[in-house]
Amino acid sequence: MKVKVLFFAGLREALGVGSESLALPDGIGTVGALRDNLATRGEAWSALATTKNLRVAVNQQMVGLDAAVRPGDEVAFFPPVTGG
Amino acid sequence: MSVSVQEADFDAGAEVAALTAGREDVGAVASFVGLVRADKSSDAAAVQAMTLEHYPGMTEKALEAIVTEARGRWDIFGVRVIHRVGRLLPGDRIVLVAVASAHRGEAFAACEFIMDYLKTRAPFWKKEETAGGGRWVDARESDDHAAGRWEEEQK
Repeated sequence: MKVKVLFFAGLREALGVGSESLALPDGIGTVGALRDNLATRGEAWSALATTKNLRVAVNQQMVGLDAAVRPGDEVAFFPPVTGG
Repeated sequence: MSVSVQEADFDAGAEVAALTAGREDVGAVASFVGLVRADKSSDAAAVQAMTLEHYPGMTEKALEAIVTEARGRWDIFGVRVIHRVGRLLPGDRIVLVAVASAHRGEAFAACEFIMDYLKTRAPFWKKEETAGGGRWVDARESDDHAAGRWEEEQK
């Protein structure tokens, strides 16, 4: 299953990447599972597990970590928002 | 178009004028302008500049959803939201929310609601530059409380 993954703000800087296209291994069906999988990539990637109140959006809608991931989805991870 | 995300500055007076142009039913316009504050608590902490990042596509959709929700809650005639991105200096304008209605109560309430939701639901992130380096601004619990009030009132 292929998905597009995006990272923003402090998370983007910590990971050193803003976006990438990924072919997910079988068995990753939720954004939480995707987060856990990415967090095992290496030291910097543990930021995905340690970012306080990590926010997730699927196809540009905020969702919880239990939300489903489907082929072609755009999944974004970011810290709590601070605009305005 | 009621929502814009842009690098360019805006003219709040011109935006308010545009909301009311050619109408005779508008009795009130409430507007809010947010600015970059230097925060001079100490020289090391003083903010010299700020960079605003957003999520192109989602940010605009999130703002439009907030405006739609405000229109569902109050009888408002027009809304304008402009949020700037990129590098800004102390004193620069960041955000404008302007709401036109028949009476001030609805205009004030809708304007504050849109700002409160913008601060907790629209994907923008601020990075401050200080003499000590750059730092991402932490989300404030008080902003969550401010947005939460509107959910309480809805019940």
